[in-house]
Amino acid sequence: MVDIPEHLLERARQARARLTGVSPDAAPAGSGAGAAESDSVPAASAAVAASPVAAASAASSAGDKIPAHLLDRTTPASATATATATALATPPALAPPAELAPTGPGGHTQRLLTVVKSGSIQDVKTLPSDKVHVWPHLLIVEFVAALFVTALLLVFSIFVNAPLLELANFNETTNPSKAPWYFLGLQELLTMFHPMVAGVTIPGIGIFLLILAPYMDRNSDHRPEKRKFAISLMTIHLLFWATLVMIGSFFRGPGFNFVFPWEAGLFFDF
Amino acid sequence: MSSKLPASYKARQSASDLADKVTGSQAWNSIFRPGSIFRKGYTDSPRNRSYVIMNSVLYHLHPVKVKRHAVRVSYTLCLGGLSFFLFILLTVTGIFLMFFYRPDAASAWDDISTLETSVTFGLLVRNMHRWAAHLMVLTVFLHMARVFYHGAYKPPREFNWVIGVVLLTLTLLLSFTGYLLPWDQLALWAVTVGTNMMGYTPVFGDQVRFVLLGGVEIGTDTLLRWYVLHVLLLPFVIVIFMAIHFWRVRKDGGISGPM
Repeated sequence: MVDIPEHLLERARQARARLTGVSPDAAPAGSGAGAAESDSVPAASAAVAASPVAAASAASSAGDKIPAHLLDRTTPASATATATATALATPPALAPPAELAPTGPGGHTQRLLTVVKSGSIQDVKTLPSDKVHVWPHLLIVEFVAALFVTALLLVFSIFVNAPLLELANFNETTNPSKAPWYFLGLQELLTMFHPMVAGVTIPGIGIFLLILAPYMDRNSDHRPEKRKFAISLMTIHLLFWATLVMIGSFFRGPGFNFVFPWEAGLFFDF
Repeated sequence: MSSKLPASYKARQSASDLADKVTGSQAWNSIFRPGSIFRKGYTDSPRNRSYVIMNSVLYHLHPVKVKRHAVRVSYTLCLGGLSFFLFILLTVTGIFLMFFYRPDAASAWDDISTLETSVTFGLLVRNMHRWAAHLMVLTVFLHMARVFYHGAYKPPREFNWVIGVVLLTLTLLLSFTGYLLPWDQLALWAVTVGTNMMGYTPVFGDQVRFVLLGGVEIGTDTLLRWYVLHVLLLPFVIVIFMAIHFWRVRKDGGISGPM
């Protein structure tokens, strides 16, 4: 049997004394049987576990809480099983006396088998983190942002009208003919490359690379100073398209020729 | 005794009786889930703060709690949320526009013109639809840049980045299909330039162009086709991808960071 630390024994002895109203010194070992019987159900079942003989008397005290037929059903099985286990596990010298059940060290009805430190059996998966409630902290931010954008759009829409040119006319090509602004980078490439390269290959590769980006970037670091290459590459990529869109939007005039907007005016509809 | 009570007191009493009757009714309680703040009222407490989310439809979008840095405007700039909000705004204004628009080459331009001149708030709503569409392209694009610069596409969020690229493409397509609908010179020739580029797709370029245009040239069939794409097919597809996108944001542990 495991050695029970002396301070635990002492603490148990004191608790027991408090419960029975007897001073620790005055409570001799083995005299706690009566107290155990007047105890609650756990104590009674411990008594059952300790000895089949004591089971009957324990059952009578617990009988007011647990129906008698249930107790009858559980007693033989648990009693025999525990008795066997106890006999196997403990040296004969320390085995509880069969005739008087609750006489552990210091009159105990329970025994301390082992002390398990919490770390060895508990796996704490979620570490405590700094969290805030979505309401109000996030919802208010979202609500204000939505209101702000709505107000912005409303005011802008009051003062700036969406373009509506003349009815579509197949016989009269506009000069210049421009794609929507987000495709003007591609249209700009058309002036430099074969249409298949400018209109399909380059944007196709662009989208493909974007999709593959998380699988190509093997660097798991999130800090900007550790991702100089990725950040540089993306910045160049974004600036490349932004520049092309700007040129296509503002610096292309009739015949899609290069013009300066401050000289030739704007050839751009939104 | 009761006749001596002031009329305002009696009015207030009957109003609160009525309120109790309404909030206690079966209909009311069938609308609001147990624990909803509309059933039991709201006083500020941690428990009620949780209930606001837990017992409302917002629980589809938001968890009860998020990491503190996730509510910092300077981290997200609200770009993803605003893109979604703009999509909703575009849906609302777009439905309004649909009441006054026929996707037919003979009437499309006239309908827009009439909308602008003769329909109450027609011009304003069309303007809002147009500017919101351009703004949405911008916010989606900036959202992508923001996510990249935060390295938020890194594991476990790789696949959500892929969904995001699909959403960007769908946003561009939605905007582009809408571009043709006014059927003016700007629309016609912008779309001509755009679809000519698609025609250069290797191997099946001509077929792609034919399917998109509903013919070899842009015409009234193209208008109908792009209208259906714009108001039904692409919104349907993008909503599905948005649902996956938002779901993955939460499943992958909320937004990334802090850096």
